[in-house]
Amino acid sequence: MKIKVDRDKCEGHSRCYSLAPDLVDVDDLGNAFELTDGEVPAGLEDRANLIVDNCPEFAIEIVEG
Amino acid sequence: MTDTERCPVSDLSTDYDIFDPDYVHDPVPAWSEIRESCPIAHTDRWGGSWLPTRYDDVQALAKMVPELSSANPGPIVVNIPEEFRRPEREGYNGAAPISADPPEQTWTRKALLPHFTPKAIAPQHEYTQKLCHELIDGFIDNGGCDAAVDYAQQIPPRVIAHKLGVDGSRVDEFIEWVRGVLELGLTDPATRLKYGDTIHDFFKAEVQDRRANPRDDLITALCNTEVDGQLLPDPVIVGMCNLQLVAGIDTTWSSIGSALWHFAGHDEDRRRMAEADDDLWGTAVEELLRAYSPVTMARTVMEPVEISGASLQPGDKVLMNFPGANHDPEVFEDPDTVILDRQRNRHIAFGAGIHRCAGSNLARMEMDVALRTWFKRIPEFTLSAPDEVTWAGGQVRGPRILPVTFGV
Repeated sequence: MKIKVDRDKCEGHSRCYSLAPDLVDVDDLGNAFELTDGEVPAGLEDRANLIVDNCPEFAIEIVEG
Repeated sequence: MTDTERCPVSDLSTDYDIFDPDYVHDPVPAWSEIRESCPIAHTDRWGGSWLPTRYDDVQALAKMVPELSSANPGPIVVNIPEEFRRPEREGYNGAAPISADPPEQTWTRKALLPHFTPKAIAPQHEYTQKLCHELIDGFIDNGGCDAAVDYAQQIPPRVIAHKLGVDGSRVDEFIEWVRGVLELGLTDPATRLKYGDTIHDFFKAEVQDRRANPRDDLITALCNTEVDGQLLPDPVIVGMCNLQLVAGIDTTWSSIGSALWHFAGHDEDRRRMAEADDDLWGTAVEELLRAYSPVTMARTVMEPVEISGASLQPGDKVLMNFPGANHDPEVFEDPDTVILDRQRNRHIAFGAGIHRCAGSNLARMEMDVALRTWFKRIPEFTLSAPDEVTWAGGQVRGPRILPVTFGV
């Protein structure tokens, strides 16, 4: 499973970071980026779905899996 | 206030009133009615405005830049009488980036945001926790308190004062100033200007002081912040400090107060939170932000916009009804029920698009710490006088008087 953050849509709410710091980090403006190329470690699939479903900007998607 | 502004509301789709006592007390039924019948209502009250109620419409409107302007983000048109008018202060926007449009919004936001990332606000966590314990120490032996006045209202001004690096003993004044601008001042231009001037002059002196005597605080950090190789001008920093007060105080205290009001009246939810783990706290805080979103911002139409049957014309005011959007059944299952472990929750309590609340992570942390600390010390509490609970509304909605009794 892989996730992708759309940097153009992200507005830095950082909700994904607070829900899943193992999957994403945020830059100086709070904008998110994927850790380890977006690869979701085994066991964190539910977390990945959770951050997709909680992004107010519809900026995160599952690209594989 | 004229008779026109207080005559009974007969048709919500053409005549809503955001200051109507019933609407302030519980706006959810009005949003449902408008959403089903309109779904974007209009009123001539308070200078006139549009009220979208669907999530998709509010999201779309939040992204209409430059068609909609944020230069005047207050929810009603305040006509300032001639005797109160005076020349604008050079370079002082008032509260950029919230009250600015690109390009000014873009560079002021870029300067401010690094001070409010989850990592940047982490040092406030310990301070907030200690503060919450001290506040509870002050009233826990009394068997009850006013959870709005004695607790919720006390937290954000002290956290903001601590972050800014200003005298924490003056928080009662900060509260008075903020209410003077946003609550009492919303419909009273003289009061609004008086307190606006007080805040401006206070921070102008603070910024001058930090230029001479730098410290480890936000005002000093802003004094040292460069955008494109240029230090921020003093009037811009004064405006950003003003923003901390007017956007960071009654908003967050309203969220904390609404959450305590909810738990005081919902036994099952309260008992569940008394045993909650970190995951449940995480979803519960977001759910309370969704269900009781405190903030309604406004935009001014710059170019004609057609949306969901409404024709918005230049000069019109649009209320950014984030609270109403968060109750749209198209997006949220069972939207009018608080579901503490709600998994799908794309709420926009902090707005959306380029004007997303800059302090959202600070607010979220304050709410989380305030509620967790309260539950640790006071797991059982109920409304002691439900009829005495009062709510403020308009731009920021939340309880202002909230008497609770501790224990079963």
